[in-house]
Order: sequence, then C-alpha cells, then structure tokens
Amino acid sequence: MSRAWAYGSVLAAGMGLALLPLTTDSNVLLNFLVFMLIVAVAATGWNLLGGYGGQFSFGHAAFFGTGAYAMAILQERAGLNAWVALPAAIALGAAVGSAIGALAFRARLRGSYFALVTLAFAEVFRIVANVLPITGGAAGILIRLRLDPWQFQFADRRVFYWVALGVLVCCLLLVRAIERSRFGAWLVAVRENEDAARALGVDVLAVKVAAITLSAAMTAAAGCLYAQKFLYLDAAIAYGPWISVEALLAPVIGGAGTVFGPVLGALALLGLGELTKAWIGDLTGGSVPGVDLVLFGALLILCVAFAPRGIIGLLSRVRLGVRWARF
Amino acid sequence: MHSPEILLTAVLNGLMTGAIYALIALGLTLVYGVLHIINFAHGAILTAAMFAVYALHAAWGVDPYLALMPLTAGFFALGYGVQRYVIGPASHGDDGNILLVTLGLAIIIENALLAWFRSDTRSIDVPYAFASVEVGGLFLSLPRTIAVAVVVGVALLLWLFLARSRIGAAIRAVAKEKVGAQLCGIDVARVYAVTFGLGAACLAVAASLLMPTYLVNPRVGNAFVLVAFTIVVLGGMGSIPGALLGGLFIGVVESLSGLFLGESLGQIGIFLIFILVLLVRPTGLFGAKA
Amino acid sequence: MGALLTVADVTVRFGGLVAVDRASFAVAEGTITGLIGPNGAGKTTLFAVVSGFLVPQAGRVLFAGEDVTRKPVHVRARLGIARTFQIVQPFAGLSVRENIAVGAYLRRRDRDEALAEADRVARRVGLERLLDRPAAALTVAGRKRLELARALATRPRLLLLDEVLAGLNPSEIRDVLPLIRSIRDEGITILMVEHVMQAVMSLCERVHVLAQGRLIAEGLPAEIARDPRVVEAYLGHGAAARLAAGAVGHA
Repeated sequence: MSRAWAYGSVLAAGMGLALLPLTTDSNVLLNFLVFMLIVAVAATGWNLLGGYGGQFSFGHAAFFGTGAYAMAILQERAGLNAWVALPAAIALGAAVGSAIGALAFRARLRGSYFALVTLAFAEVFRIVANVLPITGGAAGILIRLRLDPWQFQFADRRVFYWVALGVLVCCLLLVRAIERSRFGAWLVAVRENEDAARALGVDVLAVKVAAITLSAAMTAAAGCLYAQKFLYLDAAIAYGPWISVEALLAPVIGGAGTVFGPVLGALALLGLGELTKAWIGDLTGGSVPGVDLVLFGALLILCVAFAPRGIIGLLSRVRLGVRWARF
Repeated sequence: MHSPEILLTAVLNGLMTGAIYALIALGLTLVYGVLHIINFAHGAILTAAMFAVYALHAAWGVDPYLALMPLTAGFFALGYGVQRYVIGPASHGDDGNILLVTLGLAIIIENALLAWFRSDTRSIDVPYAFASVEVGGLFLSLPRTIAVAVVVGVALLLWLFLARSRIGAAIRAVAKEKVGAQLCGIDVARVYAVTFGLGAACLAVAASLLMPTYLVNPRVGNAFVLVAFTIVVLGGMGSIPGALLGGLFIGVVESLSGLFLGESLGQIGIFLIFILVLLVRPTGLFGAKA
Repeated sequence: MGALLTVADVTVRFGGLVAVDRASFAVAEGTITGLIGPNGAGKTTLFAVVSGFLVPQAGRVLFAGEDVTRKPVHVRARLGIARTFQIVQPFAGLSVRENIAVGAYLRRRDRDEALAEADRVARRVGLERLLDRPAAALTVAGRKRLELARALATRPRLLLLDEVLAGLNPSEIRDVLPLIRSIRDEGITILMVEHVMQAVMSLCERVHVLAQGRLIAEGLPAEIARDPRVVEAYLGHGAAARLAAGAVGHA
C-alpha cells in the first residue's frame, strides 16, 4: 500500500462523509450521524489497543467518562473556555489510561484478567461519580446552553457534525500513521506473540502502556464530543457499560485491527439498531427497549464464529489484496 | 461507633449473603477451573434464572423453593446446550474469542429480558419473607437461614459428584490435563458442556434462594457478577474452597462497608479489593494456580 | 580473541529441582560454540538465562564485559544478543516480510528501510520467494529459517540458536549448515544448542557438555566425542568402559 493511498483513502472517506449533511436537513438523521461519529471515535480508540495490540478492554467507559466529565466540570465548575477544556480533558483521559495501563500491564494481566480489571475500574469510576459533589452526584451535571462557536456550541447542527467528523478523521489518520510506523509494528508483534517480540528487542510493557494511553486519549475525545453535543451527563451515561460495549462491538464487527473497521462497525451497528427499533416499534405499536442490543450481541457472536475479521474481512474475501493488520 | 450487637448482626447478615455469593462464585470458578475461560455471561444467566423464578410465581404461584428443582435441571440443560452448540463451535478454541462470545451472550440475555420484562424492578411476595428463626438468642432471617443450609448442601453434593461419579472423575481429569484426558478417550467437548451446565445449575439454585428476599430487574446480574468475579479472583481462579471462603469473606466486607460507608459506596470496597488482588496477586489469596 | 559472552557460576532452581548447577563457560568472539547434552540437561534453561527470559538464583552473565544478569530481554537484544526459539514462535497473523521487519526495526526507525532490510535478510536465508506468505503457512523448515531471519535482522553480535536443525530432514540440514557458517564469517558469534551431532561436529570450534545441570566437559568437538564422561552422560554409567572393552575385543 503506497503512502498516498494509505492516507488518501482516509481523507477521501472523510470528504465523502462531510458531504452527507448537505443531502438532508433531517434533524433525526443528523443526530443519528453525530452519535455514530462519537461512537466511531471511541471505537477507534478501543481498536488501537484491542485490534492492533490484542489487549481487550471491557472498560473503555473509564476513559470516555473521564473525558466527558472533565469537559463538563472544567467549564461549569472551573469556568474554563470549552476549547481550552477540550485538550485538558483529552489529556486527563490519557493520564487515566496510562495509569490503569501501567498498573495492569506491570502486573502482567492479559486476556480475561485485563478485561476484568478494566471493567472493574470503569465500575469504580461510575460508583464514585454517582456520589461525588463535583460530578453533580446522581442528579448529574448540565453544561449551560450557549449557542456560540466560541463555546464549542453551534446553532447549526451540521457544524457540530463537521467538527466531530474532523476529530474522527484526525484519529483515523493517527491510527494509519501508527500502522505504518515502528511503534505500530511492535504493537502488532506484541499482539501476535509477546515472547518473540521481546526477543527482538521490543519493550513490551512500554509499547502496551503507550498504546493504552493513546487509546484512552481518543476515547476521551469521544467523551468530550458527547458532553458538548448533549450538554448533560450522569454516571450511568459517562461511565456506563453501554459505551464500553459499543466501543468494543464496533471494531470487532467492522474489522478489528483495521483503520476503517471501527467506523464501518459503528455505522452498521447503530444503523441496524435504529432500523430494528423502528421495525419492532411498527410491529408492536410502541418502543421496546433492548432489541437493538440483542441484535448487537447476536452479531458479535456471529462475527466471531463466521467473520473473524468483521465486515472488512468479508469485503477482502471478495476483493483479495486488502489484508488484515498490515504495517 | 456501632454497638457490638449491630456489628454482630452485620457480620451474620454478611455471612448469609456471602453464602449465596459463594454459590454464584462456585459456578464461575468451576467453569474456569475446567474450561479455563471466564464466563462473562454468568451474571446474565443468573438474571435469567431469577426472572424464571419470578415468572413461575407470577403465572402459577409456584413457590420459589418448589421451583428450585425443576429450574436447576432446566438451567443445567440450558448451560449444557449453550456451551456445546454456541460457545464451543463459535470460538474456534481461541481464548479471546471465548471472551467475546460470552460477552455477546451476556448482552443478548440481558437485553432480551429487558425487552420482555422492561426495566421495572419486580419482586415476589411470599408469606415467610420476613419470618425469622431464633438461634442461640439471635433472630436470623428464615429465608437466609434456608439459603445457607441449601448452599452447604449443594457444595457437599457437588463435591461428592466430582469426587465419586464417573463423569466427575472425567471433569477432574480434563481440568488437570486436557490433552492427556483426550488421549484416554474422554469426550472433552461433553465434559466442557457438563461443567458449563453445572455452573448454570448453581445459578438456578442461587436464584431460587435469592428471590424470596431480593428483587429482580434485567440489570441485577451485573451487580452480582462483579462480586462473583471478585470472589473467584480472591479465592484463586478454579479453586472451589477458595470460592466458598471468598464468598463468605466478601459478604462480610460488603455488609460492614455498607454499615460504615453507606449503601452505594459500600460496593466500592469490593471493587477495590478486586483490583488490588488482581494487581498484586493474580493467583488469589488462597493460592490456587492461575 | 576475547570472550564475548561469559557465564559465571550460574545456578537456576525450579522449586526443589536444580536445573542448572554452578555452570561457567565462555564464548570467544567470532566462533561457533556448541552446547550439547542429553535431554533435560538444562541447555534450554541456560539459554533462557543468557537471553534474559530467566534470572538465575546465583551467578552472573557478562556480555562484552558488561554485567547483564538482571537486564531485561529487550535490553539485551539492543545490546546485541538475539535468539531463536526451539519451539518456533512466528507472528502467525503477519507475512514473512512483516515478521522479519519487526526484527529489523530494532536498528532503524524508518519503515521503508526496515522493509528493505527484511527483503535483504530474507534473500540471505532463502526465504525471498515466500516474503508475502503468511508466516502461519510456512513449513517447519521455513519457520526455522524465519526464526533465524528475524534474529539476524536485529543485527546481533551474539546469536543464540536453540535447535534450529531439529525437525529438518537431512537434505534441509545440509542446506542450513553453510548458512550458519557464513553468518559466523560475517563476524557474528554463535552459541548453539543442538542435538544433531553431525552438525555440531562440523560447525563448532568449541563444545561444552551439560549433564544434569552441570558442565561436565569442554573442548574441541573431536575431543568431546572421545571423552568417557560425555559418553557416559549420554549412554549411562559404565557405557564408556563397555565401549572401550568392545573396541579392544574387536582389535
């Protein structure tokens, strides 16, 4: 894969997505697309650690929530400007990631153990955020409505969509750059075989901690976007299991360890979810909670069983030459 | 400071809750010990069992304790089938895949229950819910006393089964040396399915014991599952005595930290123990092989 | 020539079992040195100590005069110690080129350079036609070559070969022997654990014999083959005497 194609394909996909809002002025559709972008950013973060690094986190909510809460708290309690709060919140998410990573990887937790400990951290954060005064406790925290670009709030929904898309494209370009770097090669080597990587001079611990730090930063950025979009947070939203699950499902279904996997996965997942909800709603004459997630769970199992490289894998079976996790 | 009576009551309550925790953890650790997988669907299966108890009571007025036997058999069959026909074939023997498949099952079960029963919290009314028995001057909750007795009985039965029966011997063989067991002609896939079935059966028993005093909603399993993971990690993955002791210990910790820190922060005590044990000593305090 | 690697009084215990017992030996720079011994003698354990996968309970490992006993594996790799694994450990999901490039990245940051180096090393070990194959698709002989290629790509000063010939058929062995010799001729010092005696005899300048965790003999390959202690270690107590008696009887 040439350099031009590697980065050009990401930019082209970004351009294509940027045109979407021009074709519609449906608020429902725009809201759906923004939500999809937010999940795609979080999933791109998960994918770096899980897809490329082979370390499956079940607790990316810890990073999403930290980004989201930091965004809200820095503005509402510390009086910071939203654009100043944004990098600070991302840095905070990265710091949490690096701390959890340093603890877990130094203790040599792998596989199920790593999944468990990340899950536990996310739950601890959720419980703590639910009682602390600074997070607004169980009542949650509101970000004041100030429709002003200077406040990272936009009267036109499409502008927020483009900003979120910009964040996603930055994350995808970063992942592409990592994929084509020494760090990326080492990360994939760690996923494939830690002992062999070590023997070839790879500092496995450092590589894993760097990966979880970057991964957490991206997922925290998704949290920031969420906070600015919906202007309200509580512990169940910010640190709830839903985002841990969706950040994991999207890459696995789309194609873990590929740049576009998480985006395709998020689109497929949330799109199918909406369609199912609408269909079941028509069928029963009311909304039925959870049906979309039942479908997601089934898709996850089907993917593991029949499409181990997700949608991208299925596509590459059709068009040979697109391969998994190359660097 | 709390008076000694309050403390003693808290400890006793903790031990009684802990007995049920121990049973839930027993199922988890049994599966881990034999299949070497962490079953992330454990909590969801427990929730399903609790709803089954609820539904039997709501539809036909079946007493939870009467429901125990048929549900245990039913959940054994369910667990057997899930391992044999879903987890086994779908995961192609890869640990990461098993992790994802059990997570997928958890999502399906939990949300199917949500779609069917909605998110309302439900409970069942039995006349003996608040009955108590006097033991040595202390008044103990009747349902919880029954629960302790049943858990002790189940643990003994399970031990006898593993120690004496033919399939129990096969299970122990597979747990110790899978390849060797295979070479001796043991059907490993069947042993896996039986073990998974036993794990699910433990949950059906736990659900029948919980329902007279607990409530159920589609997310209730989550609360239990992390507790069960904590117990299993604490007791040593795969260690049955570890699960029993760990269950009692965690029950007491939860009860005491609830007393001192309040309900919601009380849970944190458990998670912190969990994280600490994982980070410091992933083989568990009772030192079983990880 | 001076010693590149010195192992001094190294002891490794697993619980009550002493796997390596006060082993001392040196590997001279620019040589091929063999480490032989019957199964379970502790050869692979000793290799793990030299490459850093195990820290010994006692003793020291010196590399180029520097004490590396407690240095982690990746640091030793940077210093110039590379190893192959007896049970091959390919990055199964990656191509042959990518596998080798992981090793090449140790000395260079640039992707194009690392991939070019991978191609060069692949040609050197005879994998050039398989560069785009997934590593998982290689034959046993191919995987052994891949182990060697990855290790070479790190530009080592000392190459530890753990039974690279095991599992190969005689013609494959014949192909690999000149390759190992040519690696030495480039100035890379080699320490090899090997069961294929014919290879040890033809390649090694010096041989150390390990039995039950102890080094029992060292010398030129020809000397070692005649050493009664070595014969006994392989064939059991009294074997040397019986063999000698047999030889006399025939004379």
